[in-house]
Amino acid sequence: MTLWWIGDVLLIAVVLPVVVYLLKGVLDAARSIEPSVTRIAEAAGAGSKDLDAVPLLLTTQAHVKTTVEVVAGYGGSLDVIIDDAE
Amino acid sequence: MLIVAVVLIVLALVYYLLSTIGSLMRITTGLDDAIAAVTEIAEKSAPVEAVVKDINHNLDAGVDLLEGLLVKKAGLVDAMGLVEGLYPGAAAAGLRNFPDSAQVRPPRISEVYTKGTLTLARLGREAPIAAASPNGPVLRNIEGGSLDARLLYPEGRQSRPERLPRSPVIGTGAPVQYPPSEQRGGTTPDEGEAREKGPWAETAAEGVVPAELGGSDAPREMLGEDPQLGSEALGETTGSDEPATDTGIDPAAGDEADATTDGGPARPDGEEPDLKDAGAPPRQVDQ
Repeated sequence: MTLWWIGDVLLIAVVLPVVVYLLKGVLDAARSIEPSVTRIAEAAGAGSKDLDAVPLLLTTQAHVKTTVEVVAGYGGSLDVIIDDAE
Repeated sequence: MLIVAVVLIVLALVYYLLSTIGSLMRITTGLDDAIAAVTEIAEKSAPVEAVVKDINHNLDAGVDLLEGLLVKKAGLVDAMGLVEGLYPGAAAAGLRNFPDSAQVRPPRISEVYTKGTLTLARLGREAPIAAASPNGPVLRNIEGGSLDARLLYPEGRQSRPERLPRSPVIGTGAPVQYPPSEQRGGTTPDEGEAREKGPWAETAAEGVVPAELGGSDAPREMLGEDPQLGSEALGETTGSDEPATDTGIDPAAGDEADATTDGGPARPDGEEPDLKDAGAPPRQVDQ
């Protein structure tokens, strides 16, 4: 009977605190991850929104091509009307 | 006592495990959102590489074109001087397609060309300053855009422009005949001289009495019934520096030469002038 009492005391005084300590550590770790995951999700969402302007690159591409063509025509005209360096 | 201990342990397990499960579920939800956003990023950025490569390819072609044209027209040394004048310090980097350009000591070409020319070169042909030029956009003007700049460099023997204007032809065979009202002596200001000297020269070009106001070269119906002098009598300037007489005026007298003292044939030394044809002096009573 005495051993049962000693066992009960050990169970309450030692095992229960250890169990509580370990579970609390797991819970704290899990809760500390939540803000980080939230920030990652927000950053990824903002990055995706920033890339909404990517289709404008197609317009830029067309404009650059047109500009280079105009420059080429302009340069060709200059090549005709201005003498070469001696 | 044992039952109480077990119940307490179970309650602790339930509380903490449920809390941990709830936290992990929120983490999973957050990761799902992040993964979805990252997937969008990957999808949206997928075609960027090809587009950017094409843009860079076209820009490279433009750079090659402009560098080649600049070096071809200005020469490598002057090209670097022009680059240095437009963007101080840029000449040190050199031209991409001309590795030797980095070793060129750029001339201070910005001190030769006017600031306006550099501004036009920087802004391009659509620059407002070019449109406002009275001679038109310089870069579109062959003579203004190239010849004037090249003439800034002195030559030992002027060889440009290749087709120099011919010497003027005077007399009745002259290709350009000026009506008497436009010239009574001296020269008639041409367009360039009038632009250089200002509005008064343009007025002078109209002549003493323009034909439309009844000048001597006006149509006969505008003149009087018996004009005393016709255009033939008014004559015209010779437009030549040759002397009007055989002997002319002694050029040794320089700017002070005078026909009464320096003109006539050379008189031998020691000879007295023949005064037989000289007029008699006025009589005392006439004075």
